[in-house]
Amino acid sequence: MDEALDNNEFELEEDTQKDRYLTFTMGKEVYAIEIVNVTEIIGMQAITEVPEIPRFIKGIINLRGKIIPIMDARLRFHKEPKEYTERTCIIIIDIAEHSIGLVVDQVSEVILIPETEIVPAPAELTGGHSKYIKAIGKVDKDVKLIIDCEKLLHEDGTDK
Amino acid sequence: MPKSSRKEPLLDLYIFETRQMLEELEQKMLQFEQTSELESSIHEIFRIMHTIKSSSALMKIKNIANLAHSSEDLFSFLREVNPRDFDGSGLADLVLNIVDFMKTEIIKIDNQQKPDGDCNELIRQIEKSLAGLQQSNPEFTARKKKAADSIKYDFFFTEPGKAAASPKKNRFRAVVFFEKDCQMENTRAFGTLLELKEVAEIVHYYPDDIIDNKENELLIRNSGFHITFRSDLSFKKIKKFFGHIPLIEKLQLQQLKKEEPDQAFPGVNFAYHPGEPEQAATIESLEPRVHPEPGKDQLIPVEAGKKNVTASSRQIIINVNVAKLDLLLDLIGELVIAEALVTHNSDLDGLSLDNFDKAARQLRKITNEIQDVVMSIRMLPLTIIFRKMNRLVRDMGHTLGKEIRLETRGEETEVDKNIIEHISDPLIHLIRNAIDHGIEPVSERIAKGKPEYGTISLEAKEAGGDVRITVKDDGAGLDKQKILQLAKQQRLLTKPEHELTDREIFSFILLPGFSTKETVTEYSGRGVGMDVVKDNIEKIRGNIFIDSVPNEGTAITIRVPLTLAIITGMTISVGYSRYTVPIDAIVESLKVSGDDVITGQNGKEAVVIRGKQYPLIRLHRLYNVKTEITEINDGIVMMVQNESKRSCLFADGILGEQQVVIKPLPIYIDNIKGIGGCALLGDGAISLVLDIEELLSK
Repeated sequence: MDEALDNNEFELEEDTQKDRYLTFTMGKEVYAIEIVNVTEIIGMQAITEVPEIPRFIKGIINLRGKIIPIMDARLRFHKEPKEYTERTCIIIIDIAEHSIGLVVDQVSEVILIPETEIVPAPAELTGGHSKYIKAIGKVDKDVKLIIDCEKLLHEDGTDK
Repeated sequence: MPKSSRKEPLLDLYIFETRQMLEELEQKMLQFEQTSELESSIHEIFRIMHTIKSSSALMKIKNIANLAHSSEDLFSFLREVNPRDFDGSGLADLVLNIVDFMKTEIIKIDNQQKPDGDCNELIRQIEKSLAGLQQSNPEFTARKKKAADSIKYDFFFTEPGKAAASPKKNRFRAVVFFEKDCQMENTRAFGTLLELKEVAEIVHYYPDDIIDNKENELLIRNSGFHITFRSDLSFKKIKKFFGHIPLIEKLQLQQLKKEEPDQAFPGVNFAYHPGEPEQAATIESLEPRVHPEPGKDQLIPVEAGKKNVTASSRQIIINVNVAKLDLLLDLIGELVIAEALVTHNSDLDGLSLDNFDKAARQLRKITNEIQDVVMSIRMLPLTIIFRKMNRLVRDMGHTLGKEIRLETRGEETEVDKNIIEHISDPLIHLIRNAIDHGIEPVSERIAKGKPEYGTISLEAKEAGGDVRITVKDDGAGLDKQKILQLAKQQRLLTKPEHELTDREIFSFILLPGFSTKETVTEYSGRGVGMDVVKDNIEKIRGNIFIDSVPNEGTAITIRVPLTLAIITGMTISVGYSRYTVPIDAIVESLKVSGDDVITGQNGKEAVVIRGKQYPLIRLHRLYNVKTEITEINDGIVMMVQNESKRSCLFADGILGEQQVVIKPLPIYIDNIKGIGGCALLGDGAISLVLDIEELLSK
């Protein structure tokens, strides 16, 4: 995979990961995830379907012996589903001993957003469909939506 | 989840060892309570208290150290005086309270909290108890000196043979100063001696009665702890060795000349503490080492022999971090899969490879053996859990005023470590229930013509790939009608009343919020618990059955698998999905024609096989899986069974039998009815492991 970043890049010390974010796009918006939570990025692969699970979970994959549920970011964020292309990626996120794969349209880059450039998300953004956004990071003139991984994992979707 | 190893391995070790010792102490006390005979175990108890004291002091855990110190005083008295009559159950209560206190503190430490429990009340109790004992045994003071001596001899004579056999060539003299505010200097000095004893032969130390005399703390604090010893190690190495002992602030080390005799030591003492009349005492304590007193002679070999035994049995057992074992198991799982991947590689299809096949068979044999060994490493006997129950039964019996005997059988049965962790709490709960609800009060028992004491039996046995653990009481039994009534009130009935079997009725008590007990006690009756028991057991792919006969008692059986990790299963396909059925649950697989399927009035289907009807479960319908094969003739029917019934599963086809490594289901998909886990197949695909028990009870 061209987009796949080398694993070793993420095996850095914690302090060098500070303020670093992995950004990805979905439609027009750019989202950001704290790099500490990201284990690796893999290309799309065959997903095993599982019955009776929330709609935004596509199923499970076997990542080198580890079973990881795959969440479709579009479905989780209540956006229109889109066909998977060769640019579609799975970001493996590790939160509190749980691993989950997040299917996103396209991974962009790793950027630095200093704490001073981060503002809390406006109230109208944190309710409803965008409750998984915890803050907004400003980089030059662009705005990155910073994802609250905890909520992403644990908050129940309404369409279970 | 096993905790990842902490930053301080020393602390981990401390927690582990102290826990083990507390368990041991608890068992000893319970034993004592039953037999009222303390003599055989008093040395062991004393040793435990002493070790806890030293190691706690070393780890700077003050309250445990202080408490252990007090208890040690008490046991030192009991050991030496051996009083004939004293309040045995009072002592047991006191010691068990001490054990509980220490356990709580250890848990706090384990959870990285501050061990801040207040032990003063317990210490006061110990002192009171000791004072009482001293009063009734006035000869104590006369013997006290002797007691102190014998402790010292114990310490010195642990390795008499070794010391005599190989005289160490280098001699050293060291003066150790501990850090200013470290406190309990005498304990630390003792700890230093113990450490030093590993590498050296100790000739003498001063102050000499560090164990007994608290005033020596000051002496050590101000003028240091003096040790003369011999060792094969070089000066440099010895210096380095002292560097590893914690809390040492200053060390004066000097190597003695060869011709300078050891006995010159007292002179050194004088140099440091001129005028103190220690010389006599010093020589006295050296004497038995050089010329053992005849009186001590009989005692020493026994002691030494005992210690040798424990030492050698320790060498063949090592403690391993569970996380490492888990990792090893994971790797073996990968290995099993990788092996299948190689030997069943599609590139080899249609080739005639005699030599390769032979080698592959050899590989398979070895992988299987490794797997067996790794599984056996993880197996632990149920003894640990069963022993815990002794204490529980005793305490609850006391509180509730019931006399209860616990009988255990099959405690040597081994199960996987993970399983032990999961069944401990449920078993505690079941036993509590049995004592609280099951066993009647004494007056009632007498009226019924039963023995005054209630009996609870805890039995484990292996059956197939499962372990069955039964908790049985000879109490009142469950009230079937009452349960049925309550179930009706709460609308829990899933089928007509007359169709319910006894077991099904009893299993209502496993549902959340269901309690037939009107009064709530300290231990149970709040209607929470049995559902937690059920959840815990189901988490490890187990089940619970309840049998009960009015006035004869209740038996609750927990069935759990021997191991969680690897099972042999038959993999079946449904559309693109794969499911694995544990081989133990399969009766047979067969082709069935559409004519043999009958549909009942309620729309439920059944298959007629050899004149018998079996419920039919179509997996593709159950799990809503898209598949081409929906006609019964085209697919395969697999008959599966649980304890009480047989059913047929309908799937597209059978892919084959293989060993699979069961992995727990990840978040989001961990509560699908009838699926107990997932497994990686040889080709890297994932199959869902069916929990037949759950599927059939649906």
